[in-house]
Amino acid sequence: MLFADVPGLVSETEAFRETTLVVEPARLVEACTSLRDEHGFDMLVDIAATDYLGWGAPGVSGYIGTAVGRNLNRPMTQGLQALPAPKPKRFSLNYHLLAIQPGAPRVRLQVWLDDGEPLPSVVPVWPGADWFEREAWDLMGIPIEGHPYLERLIMDEDWEGHPLRKDYPLGGEPVRFSGEE
Amino acid sequence: MATVARPGAKDPIYEGTRIPSPIPTVLEVDPAVKDTDDILTVNFGPNHPSTHGVLRLIVDLDGEVVVGVHAKIGYVHTGFEKNMEQKSWWKAITYAPRIDYLAYQNNELVFVLAIEKLLGLEVPPKATWMRMLLSELNRIHSHLVWLGTAALELGAISMFWYTFREREMILDLSELVAGYRMHTRYFQAGGLAEDIPAGFYPECRKFVEWMPKAIADYDGLLRKNEIWEERTRGLGLLSRADAIALGQTGPVLRASGVDWDLRRDDPYLFYDRVNFRVPVLPHGDTYDRYRVRIEEMRASVEIVEQCLERLSRLEGEPWIADDRKVVLPPRAELHTSMESLIHHFKIVTEGYRVPEGEVYVAVESPRGELGCYVVSDGGPRPWRVKFRAPSFAALEATATTVQGAYIADLIAIVGSLDTVMGEVDR
Repeated sequence: MLFADVPGLVSETEAFRETTLVVEPARLVEACTSLRDEHGFDMLVDIAATDYLGWGAPGVSGYIGTAVGRNLNRPMTQGLQALPAPKPKRFSLNYHLLAIQPGAPRVRLQVWLDDGEPLPSVVPVWPGADWFEREAWDLMGIPIEGHPYLERLIMDEDWEGHPLRKDYPLGGEPVRFSGEE
Repeated sequence: MATVARPGAKDPIYEGTRIPSPIPTVLEVDPAVKDTDDILTVNFGPNHPSTHGVLRLIVDLDGEVVVGVHAKIGYVHTGFEKNMEQKSWWKAITYAPRIDYLAYQNNELVFVLAIEKLLGLEVPPKATWMRMLLSELNRIHSHLVWLGTAALELGAISMFWYTFREREMILDLSELVAGYRMHTRYFQAGGLAEDIPAGFYPECRKFVEWMPKAIADYDGLLRKNEIWEERTRGLGLLSRADAIALGQTGPVLRASGVDWDLRRDDPYLFYDRVNFRVPVLPHGDTYDRYRVRIEEMRASVEIVEQCLERLSRLEGEPWIADDRKVVLPPRAELHTSMESLIHHFKIVTEGYRVPEGEVYVAVESPRGELGCYVVSDGGPRPWRVKFRAPSFAALEATATTVQGAYIADLIAIVGSLDTVMGEVDR
């Protein structure tokens, strides 16, 4: 446990030669400060938000498998090899951190959120988080608390909805008719 | 010759931080002068030839001096990431190069590397060397376009003609290898889509012999050019600490004196088996960003030369992994083998499945750290693809670098950050 001293640490896992630290959303800023000051992760390279709505459910990613794997004799089970492991909440935010030092250590800081659950801003820790957090709000609808200027970044100011969510319609747009108020 | 005095290499670029507060990406006008008649607010863009795409800047001017700037993006948002979620892994590769039209080969590479990391797929050495070669040619291509357009904006029109002459040579090489000049989709999960044509080696050698002379010509035209020096030296300052805090990578970071290159410090492909220099310059201004890119082109030519040498010894070797669940079977087998036909059909229609998991892969693109975060649910389509675009981070430094600059220099400074708006908005 290299990162046992990170505040609010829930779990530390190693997969695909990458370290993922899950922390409590409420203690995110403390965790980031500790990683920056005590572990030397001086650069925030990316914030990636992911929506897990319908994770492992039918019709979302091709077809559906069963808990034990695929049954080739049953129709509509040819998509997934097996059901993916369930996720704790709907959204994950992944902060990819990098230390500018030999060996280029990297770590992924992960928080889990439900729809509408606010998350503290890390702009005071890394100013570069500004646009990444605005992007997460704009495209995924993660309300960032304490961000100095949380406006839409990519979409228009009056846009409705958050396009990268899984329940956002893929095609078409509402038709406005002339004479309609 | 009159040159702007610059601090020595060991001196700090500036004291303290210049990142605006509280909003790091918006430079706000001093409230004391905000409502006086001296401040003129000008809208710049989104359609302006010098913004390299559709970037909108709202600039507050006091006379000719920039005292406030607010960058607005999103005008070329095309939903690449959302689209890729709807396609099989195999088809989604096509989207990756189109995100950045100058560094297409690097974008393709990072996505293919992410798929291979999830699959645990071994790539044959010939494919890895060729990927390196094409990525470096692509780096030269991107820097050439940057150099041509950046010089054009400061009035050096002939630079643009020279750099586009050599760019054309690289596009011809692309066409020779992959059949496409840009957005080749030549990298395939497992290796390369096709074998390298025999005619490529002599043509590429000609280019390697030609290019150092061309780079020396560009440098001769600009490096000691008085106008160029006065328009770039000591302007657009970004200190080492501010560059790291703002997540700057690539040439922008190296021009601020941070010795950092993923090719050397976090090697992918075979970058640990070639010799190359990483140019680092200390002044953090527009001029040093120009110098870093010129030196990087020289280093890239050296890497291309070494890749060619290695590739010449790998004649007749496989160019793609032999994994029939992921890689298309050889065309000739389809007429004789039922198994191959089934595999071909399954891969093209349904796509291959990628094990569940999440990975982040980073490569050194011409603009800096290009990252790709990919989530798979074990199905034939990516669950989530997120590109960490280096231009996106570079543009965040606009408000820090243009403080106190003249409006005419604003163009040179924003240009020196080398942003591609397609990549910023995705």
